[in-house]
Amino acid sequence: MSIDFAPLALLLLFPALGVVFHLFFGPHLGRHAVNVVGPGVIFAAFAVSLWALARLLTLPPGAALRLTLWHWIAAGGFRVDFALRCDALSAVMAAVVSGVGAFIHLYSVGYMHEDEDYARYFAYMNLFTLAMLVLVTASNLLLMFVGWEGVGLCSYLLIGFWYQRPGYAYNGRKAFIVNRVGDAGFVLGLLLIAGTLAGGGVLSFDFTALAAHRAALKPVAGAVCLLLFLGATGKSAQIPLYVWLPDAMVGPTPVSALIHAATMVTAGVYMVARLHFLYALSPAALLVVATVGALTSFFAATIALVQTDIKRVLAYSTISQIGYMFLGVGVGAFSAGIFHLYTHAFFKALLFLCAGAVIHALGGEQDMSRMGGLRRALPLTYWTMLAATLAIVAVPGFSGYFSKDLILEKTLGAGAGTLWLLGVVTAGLTSFYMFRLIFLTFHGETRLAGDRYRHLHDAPPVMAVALVVLALFSVGAGWVGLPPGFWWGDAFARFLAPATGALPEAAAGAAVGALAQLAPTLAMVTGLVWAWLFYLAFPGLPALLAARLAPLHALLWRKYYVDEAYDLVVSRPLFWLAERVLGGVVDAGLIDGLVDRTGLAVETGGELARLSETGNVQDYALVYLAGAVLIVGYYAYLVLR
Amino acid sequence: MANVTVPIVVTFVVAAAVVGLMVTVSRLLGPRQMTAVKGEAFECGNPASGSAWGRFSVHFYLVALLFLVLDVEVVLLYPWAVELRSSGIAGLVEALFFIAVLGVGLIYAWRIGALDWD
Amino acid sequence: MSPGVLAAVQFSWLAVLPLGIVALAAVAVLLAGARAGQDQGEALGWFSAAALAAAALPVLASLGRSRLAFDGTVAVDAYSVYFELVILFASAMTVLISLRYVAEMGLAPGEYYALVLFAALGMMLMAAADDLILIFLGLETMSLAVYALAGFARRQARSAEAALKYFLLGAFSTGFLLYGIALIYGAAGTLKLEPLRAALAAGTDHRTLLLCGVGLVLIGFAFKVAAVPFHMWTPDAYEGAPTPIAGFMAVGVKLASFAAFLRVFGLHLGALAPTWTAVVWVVAALTMTAGNLIALAQQSLKRMLAYSAIAHAGYLLVGMAAGSNEAAGAILYYLLGYAFTNLGAFAVVVALERRGVEHESIADLRGLGARAPGLSAALALLLLSLTGMPPLAGFVGKLYLFKAALDSGLVWLVVIAVLNSVVSAYYYLRVLVAVYMQEGGVAVAPLAARPALLVAVGAAVLGTVLIGVFPAPYVAAAGAALRSALSLSSPGPLALIAR
Repeated sequence: MSIDFAPLALLLLFPALGVVFHLFFGPHLGRHAVNVVGPGVIFAAFAVSLWALARLLTLPPGAALRLTLWHWIAAGGFRVDFALRCDALSAVMAAVVSGVGAFIHLYSVGYMHEDEDYARYFAYMNLFTLAMLVLVTASNLLLMFVGWEGVGLCSYLLIGFWYQRPGYAYNGRKAFIVNRVGDAGFVLGLLLIAGTLAGGGVLSFDFTALAAHRAALKPVAGAVCLLLFLGATGKSAQIPLYVWLPDAMVGPTPVSALIHAATMVTAGVYMVARLHFLYALSPAALLVVATVGALTSFFAATIALVQTDIKRVLAYSTISQIGYMFLGVGVGAFSAGIFHLYTHAFFKALLFLCAGAVIHALGGEQDMSRMGGLRRALPLTYWTMLAATLAIVAVPGFSGYFSKDLILEKTLGAGAGTLWLLGVVTAGLTSFYMFRLIFLTFHGETRLAGDRYRHLHDAPPVMAVALVVLALFSVGAGWVGLPPGFWWGDAFARFLAPATGALPEAAAGAAVGALAQLAPTLAMVTGLVWAWLFYLAFPGLPALLAARLAPLHALLWRKYYVDEAYDLVVSRPLFWLAERVLGGVVDAGLIDGLVDRTGLAVETGGELARLSETGNVQDYALVYLAGAVLIVGYYAYLVLR
Repeated sequence: MANVTVPIVVTFVVAAAVVGLMVTVSRLLGPRQMTAVKGEAFECGNPASGSAWGRFSVHFYLVALLFLVLDVEVVLLYPWAVELRSSGIAGLVEALFFIAVLGVGLIYAWRIGALDWD
Repeated sequence: MSPGVLAAVQFSWLAVLPLGIVALAAVAVLLAGARAGQDQGEALGWFSAAALAAAALPVLASLGRSRLAFDGTVAVDAYSVYFELVILFASAMTVLISLRYVAEMGLAPGEYYALVLFAALGMMLMAAADDLILIFLGLETMSLAVYALAGFARRQARSAEAALKYFLLGAFSTGFLLYGIALIYGAAGTLKLEPLRAALAAGTDHRTLLLCGVGLVLIGFAFKVAAVPFHMWTPDAYEGAPTPIAGFMAVGVKLASFAAFLRVFGLHLGALAPTWTAVVWVVAALTMTAGNLIALAQQSLKRMLAYSAIAHAGYLLVGMAAGSNEAAGAILYYLLGYAFTNLGAFAVVVALERRGVEHESIADLRGLGARAPGLSAALALLLLSLTGMPPLAGFVGKLYLFKAALDSGLVWLVVIAVLNSVVSAYYYLRVLVAVYMQEGGVAVAPLAARPALLVAVGAAVLGTVLIGVFPAPYVAAAGAALRSALSLSSPGPLALIAR
C-alpha cells in the first residue's frame, strides 16, 4: 500500500533552492546570508523527513509514501517517472542524511568562516544533500542512479574543493575515476535488468515492479547482483575499489564527515538493502558481499593501526565499519546492516567533526605524532570525541554496541563462523586504533612546538552545538534497537522489516552461545588494554616494536602496497597504451590525419564555392535563369516523356 | 511528325542563313568613317543640345510619383463608375476605402514636405 | 442578407482583424512619423511592438474556429494561427532589436517601423491566404516593404546595393511566380486552393500547362526561401541591409514563404508530389551544401549568418522533399526554433554596434567572452543551437526533420544533411573560438543600457532553450496546426502525399 504524500517534493525543493541561492546570489549577498541559508535549507529538509517519518509511523507496516513529480522518459512502452517513494528504509535514510547533514552544515559555518569560497562550498554541500536525498527516495533504479552519480560528482567537487593546492585536484580525480570503474558495473547491471525484463514484456525500473517480477530475473540474479555490487564497492570504498577514500581526506573536514563517513559511502549498503529481493535470489552473490565486507573490514582496520594522520585513521576506520555493514547485509540481516549504517552515521560524523575541531584549533596540523595532551586545552572536543569512540568500539550501552554486535550475532547465526571470527578480531583492532587515536591526541604530554599549547581554543559555539548534538545521538541512537525482549525490543528492525525483508534462516537466527555474545566485547577490552599499554603506560614500545617488526610495519604503513600495485598493474599499462599506441599511432597518425585531410578538402571546397559569389547582379540573374531553365526543362521532360 | 517539323526547321535555317549573310557582307564591304556627328546621342533626329547627363531637380520625380498615385486612382475609378448601380453600397464602400488608402499616401507626401517646391 | 451570409461576412472580417490592426498601425506610424524626429522614434517603435502584440489577440481568439473566409480565399485554421503568431513574434522582436539601432544609425523611424509593419502584414497574408493570387499579393506586400528596408540606410553604398540587387532579382522572380500562377489558372480554371486541389484530383486535360505552371511557381518560392541556385542575392542583401532587417529577412520572410510554400505544395499540390519532390530533393541537397561550404570562408558574421540561413533553408527543404505529415510538422517546429535562434543571433550582432558603427567581422568578436560575458554566453548558446547541439531547439528540430525524412526513405538526402551539419559546426564554433580563446576585438556597450535589446536577446535564448528542453508541447502544436489545415482542405484521411 502506498499513499500520495506531496510534501516529499519539499524534501528535494529546499536543498535545490539552496543550490540556486548560493550559486547566483551567495557571492553578492555575502557570508551572513549564506551562513543562514546553507544550513537552513537542510534543517528544513530534515523537518520534512521527520514529517514523512511520522506520517509513515501512523500507517500500517509496509506502507509507503509516494509522489510522482513528472514523467521523465517515455520511449515506446518504456516509461520512467521522476517519482519519489518513501518507505521505512527510505524514511530512515532520508532522516539520517538530512539530520546528520544539517548539523554538519551548521558546523561548517564555523569551520569555513575564514574561507573566501564559502558560497561555492555551501552550493556543493546543498547539491550533495539534494543528490543523496534523490538517491534514497528514488522510486526506481534509474532515478536512484541519477542520485548515485550526483553524489559522486559532488564528492569529486568537494574533495578537490581547495583545487589550488597541489595534488588536491588529483585526489579528487582519483576518487572520480575509481568510482567510474564501479559505476561501469552498476550500469551493466542496470542494462542486464532492463534487457531481461524487457524480454518478459516488463518495461519498468520501478522497485515495486522489479520486486513483483523478480521471478523473471532469477536466471541473471547472480550476475546482476555482482555487477551492482561492483558499483557498491566503488561508492562505498570496499575491496578492491577502496583506494580512493583515504586520499579523499584532503577535502574540508566537514565534507569528510558528511560525504566520506556518514552518508555517501554508505549508499552501497542502502542499494543492497533496497534490492534485497534480488540478492535473496542469489546466495552466492550474498556470500561474496559478506566475504568482501568482512575482509575489507579486517584489512582496513590493520592499516589503521599504524597511520599517524588523524583523518587517515578515521578514513580506514570508515572503510572498516562499512565492511561490517556489508557483512550484515551479506548474511541476509539487511535491517542489521542498515541499523549499523544509522548508528555509524552519528558517531563517525562526530569523530570527523572532532578531528576537524582539533585540526582547526591546531591550524591545519593533522599528524598525531605532533599532538598529545590536548585533553585540557580542548575539553569539549575531548569529551565528545571520547563519546564517539566509545560508540564505535562498541562499549555496551553506546549506540555502536547495539548495531555491531547485532551484525556479529546474525553472522554467527547464519553459520558463517570464519567471517564471525574475522569480525571479532576486527572489533579488537578497532578498539586498539581508536584508543590509540584518543591517547595520542588527547593524553600524555603535549608534543606541540613552542608555546602554541597555551593559545589553543576549543571549538566556537556554532561548531560546539553540532558536536554536542551528535554526541548525544552517538550515545543514545542505538537504543531504538534493543535485543528482542528488552522493553520495546528490536523496534528498529520491526519498523524496517517490511521494507528490507530478511532471509528466512537469518530471521530465525540460530541461538548464539553466551560466550559468543561476549566475544566482541572481550575483544574490545583487549584492544583497549593493548592501546593503554602501548601509548600511555610504555610510550617507547611502539617504536621498538616497529623496529623489530620492520617488514610488517612497512607493509601496514604502506597500506599493503595496494596503491603501488594498482599503479603498476593498471595505471601504467593504461597510460602506456594511451600515450604510445592510442595517442601516438592511432590518434595523431590515423585519426588526426584523416580529420585534417577532410577538413582541408572541405575548406578548399568552401573557397571554390565562394568564387561563385561575384557580386555582379547580372551573374546572379544568369545563375537564376540557368536553374529555372533546368527546372522547367525537367518538367518539360516529364510532359514529353 | 517529321513532315510537319521539316519545313519549320528549313524555314529557321534559311532565315538564319539570310540574316547571317547580310550582316557579314555589309560588315565586309561597307565603308566605316567615324565623324563627330555620328558619335552624338540620338535625339529623335533633332540636333543634339547640351549634355546627355543634364540634371533635373528631384522635385520632378516626386511630382511624377504623386501624379501616378492620382492617375492610378482615376483609372481604376472609371470601371467602378460605369458599374456604380450594380455594385451597390458595398461597391461604394470599397471605392471609398480605395480612395482613402490613396489619400493616406497623399497626406503622407504632403506631411513629409514633398509638395513644397523649395 | 440572410443570417447565414451575414455570419459568414462577420466571420470573414473577424478573420482579417489581425491584418487590419497591423495595417492601421502601419498607416498610423507612417503618418505620425512623417515629421517625427529621432526623439519620437522610440515611441513609434514601442507603439509598433504594442500593435503587433495586440494583433496576436484576435489571432488567438480565432483558434479552434477553423474555416474558410472571404469566399474561400482566406483560411482561418490552426496552421495560419501558428504562423501568424510566430510572424508577429518575429516582427515584434525585430522592432525591439531596432529601437536603439534606428536612433544610432540615424534612420527615419516612422518609415522604418511602418515598413516593418507592412512587411508583417504581407507575411501574415501569405500564411493565411488560401488563394494563389492572394498569396501573390501578400508576397508582394512583404517583398516591396522588405526591398525598401534592405536599402533603408540609403547613404551607405552597400545598403543601396543590397536593395537594388534584391529588388532586381526579386522582380525577376516575381515574373516567374506570376507566370506560373497564370499557367496553373489556365490549366485548372481556378486560383483558389481548395477547388484547385479538387480539380487536380479529378484530373486535367492540360497537363503540360499545369506542370509548367507548377515548375515556375516552385522557382518563385525557391527564390523567396533563398534556395540554390536562386540564392545568389542573399548574402549581399543580408550584408548590406541594416542588421535588424537582415534578421527580419532571414526569419520573417522565410517563415512566410515556407508557410505559403508548404500550404500550396504540401497540402494542395500533393497529387503532383512525384513531380516536385525530386526537384526539391536536388535543390535541398545543393542548398545545404553550397550554404555550408561558402559559410566556411566568411569573415563577416552577418554574411556567415546569411549563408547559414541558406543552409537552414536546405534542411527545411529536406522536410519538403520528404513530404509526409511528420515532415511537415517537423518543418513547423523547426521554423519556430529557427525564429528564436536566428533572431537572437542577429540581435547579438546588433548589440555589437556602437556609436553608429557596426562591428560584424569575426575579428571584432575576439575576446568578447571576457568583455561581455552575458552577451557571449547568449551568442554561444544560439550558435550551438544553430549547430544542432542538444538539448537546444536546433537539435530537436533537426532530429524531427531528419527522422521524418528517413521514414520517407530519403536516406541519402539525410546523409548529406548530417554531413552538412558536421561541416556547419566548424564555422559556428570558429566564432566561439574567437569569442572565448582569442584576444583583441572591439569594445561593446553594455547590454543593460539597452533594455529592449536585452529583452529580445533574453527572449531568444529562453525560447531556444525552452522549446529544446521541452519540445513536446510545441511539436504537438505544430502537429495540431497541420491537422487543422489538412482537415480544412479535405475531411478525409490525413495524408499529405500518398507514397
